[in-house]
Amino acid sequence: MLLASGKVEPRVQSFPVLPQMTSTLQAILTLLQTWWVEITCGVVIVAVVPLIAGYVVLVERKLMADMQARLGPMRVGPHGLLQPIADAVKLLLKEDIIPDNADKLIFWLAPVISMVAAMTSMGAIAFGPAFQVARDINVGILFVIGVSSLGLLGIILGGWASNSHYSIIGAIRSTAQLVSYETAAGFAIVSALLLAGTLKIRAIVDAQQQSGVWFIFLAPIAFFIYLVASIAETNRAPFDLPEAESELVAGYMTEYSGFRWSLYFLGEYANMIVVGSVATTLFLGGWLRPFSNVHWLDWLDILPPLIIAAVGVYCVYRAGKQPVPVQTWFMWAVALACFAVAAIFAVPLFVAPLKFVVPGLHGAFWFLLKVSGYIYVFMWLRFTLPRYRFDQLMHLGWYILIPLAIVNVLAVGVALILEGEFGWNHWLAAAVTSLVTLGIAAFLVNLHDKRTAAASSPAAASVTDPYAG
Amino acid sequence: MLDSIVFYFFAGVAVASAALMVTRRNAVHSAVLLVTTLLATAGIFLQLRAEFIFIAQIILYVGGIMVLFIFVIMLVRLDVALQHIRFRLQRWVALFVAFALGVEITIVLLFARRLPGQGLLIQEPASADKLPPNTEELARSLFSSYLLPFEIVSVLLLVAMVGAVVMAKKRINDQ
Repeated sequence: MLLASGKVEPRVQSFPVLPQMTSTLQAILTLLQTWWVEITCGVVIVAVVPLIAGYVVLVERKLMADMQARLGPMRVGPHGLLQPIADAVKLLLKEDIIPDNADKLIFWLAPVISMVAAMTSMGAIAFGPAFQVARDINVGILFVIGVSSLGLLGIILGGWASNSHYSIIGAIRSTAQLVSYETAAGFAIVSALLLAGTLKIRAIVDAQQQSGVWFIFLAPIAFFIYLVASIAETNRAPFDLPEAESELVAGYMTEYSGFRWSLYFLGEYANMIVVGSVATTLFLGGWLRPFSNVHWLDWLDILPPLIIAAVGVYCVYRAGKQPVPVQTWFMWAVALACFAVAAIFAVPLFVAPLKFVVPGLHGAFWFLLKVSGYIYVFMWLRFTLPRYRFDQLMHLGWYILIPLAIVNVLAVGVALILEGEFGWNHWLAAAVTSLVTLGIAAFLVNLHDKRTAAASSPAAASVTDPYAG
Repeated sequence: MLDSIVFYFFAGVAVASAALMVTRRNAVHSAVLLVTTLLATAGIFLQLRAEFIFIAQIILYVGGIMVLFIFVIMLVRLDVALQHIRFRLQRWVALFVAFALGVEITIVLLFARRLPGQGLLIQEPASADKLPPNTEELARSLFSSYLLPFEIVSVLLLVAMVGAVVMAKKRINDQ
């Protein structure tokens, strides 16, 4: 794969004095010419993800404020739109403290591991048919999952290197939680992979295009399991026990400050984007437009520019209501930017020579829209549900989610056999097997309730729970 | 050329971090260096176009086993525990084992040159484009020609798992 694509011959004039240097230069130019898309995508990921992470935080704070009937950040820029930049500057200028008895090297290394793992795993994600760094990985989805799970090493090592009780308890909780929920997430992913029949990211999306239905409708329970497990894997509420501020200060990040802390933070939000992308690719049809194989609905292609233009119109509407003139101008600027982007999306639809950019551009739009929707659900759950206790978390993982996930893999396999061998409609097969799985889920919950009732009786109270704490 | 650059880079990282891993006093530092070694080995697998083995190495060894290693190292005070484990002849035994391994590898390499096409050194490596997809090939051979060994290994793992659970349960009941 590394050398397979060297087709383009560069035109470099030979340099008579240094022939060796010319050949080296030629080799570098060949690399650049064949890989410029990949290199650009990689640079864009590294450069843009921190900015996106900052704005995800802003959206999160605004949503939380809205759900709690407050306004949220309002001071920096109109409606707090420049807040992420102010936060970033603050974090960069903050004093960087290393505790005296910390293991300096590991303390320095740990947050870097967390962030690098999250960023590297983004390399294999296809943000639309055109934007992907590592195109031909045969094990694409495994690469994303495997490399992003390496971020856990950063969390454990950071907790250990801080030489603090809160940190190490946070790190231990985090490890136990991730190891438990990764199993359930893995089985949920296997269900979707059974439907797709491949590990390549592009081929998974193509399989959804061909079968004419997103896999969330064929394996709804697998999607639900993945949703729960991915919340646990990204250490977010209601499963944010590794950094439960009421018990552990800030968990594994307690001793970190300034730039290093922001690296952890960046890794966490990048990880959210990664799990959102995995869920989008596997269950939500990747970059496909809704009803992408129904041809009389092709006019839906106009939706992306319309949605962006609608945001612009809303900005114009809000611009008149700003109290300060600067904010009015800023709102107009945002609105104009929205209209410009909408034009970029709309023009290729109607100008024939530019038609070739439509799939890439619109694919990226739909993909990012779905990922944002997934992250929105994350936030919504965070503001709605109270935090779990650690033993409850472990019980949910081991007694309910993992058995359910295993049963669900079997159910999806049975549905595939019913469809392939007995000629059932895939909707019917999916519905029947999902109902059976739901019945088993009800049984598991019932069993677990009985078990906890027995455990909380006075006779059993003396038994120590290995997972508690 | 790029292939050999990639190979020597990963091989150098693997050997250097393996050597450092053995010499470090701090167990966590050793574990981190072992992670580096395993990742570099995974890089060599990728350079050999064995994508599935590359990612299996990362998921199983780095993401699974090493995480548990570090977990145990953090929970156990190794500097205390080592006092009980260490015995005086360790250095000589290690030296002997290393010497024996070195002789073995040297002999294998020497004889591999004598038998063309049968030893380690294959004369004409296949081009990367013409290799069959690694994951599919692996699955096919695992579930057809090697089905029985595969099932035996699964049963073995299951037995180990059940054994671990039984032993852990016993400890809890004793308390």
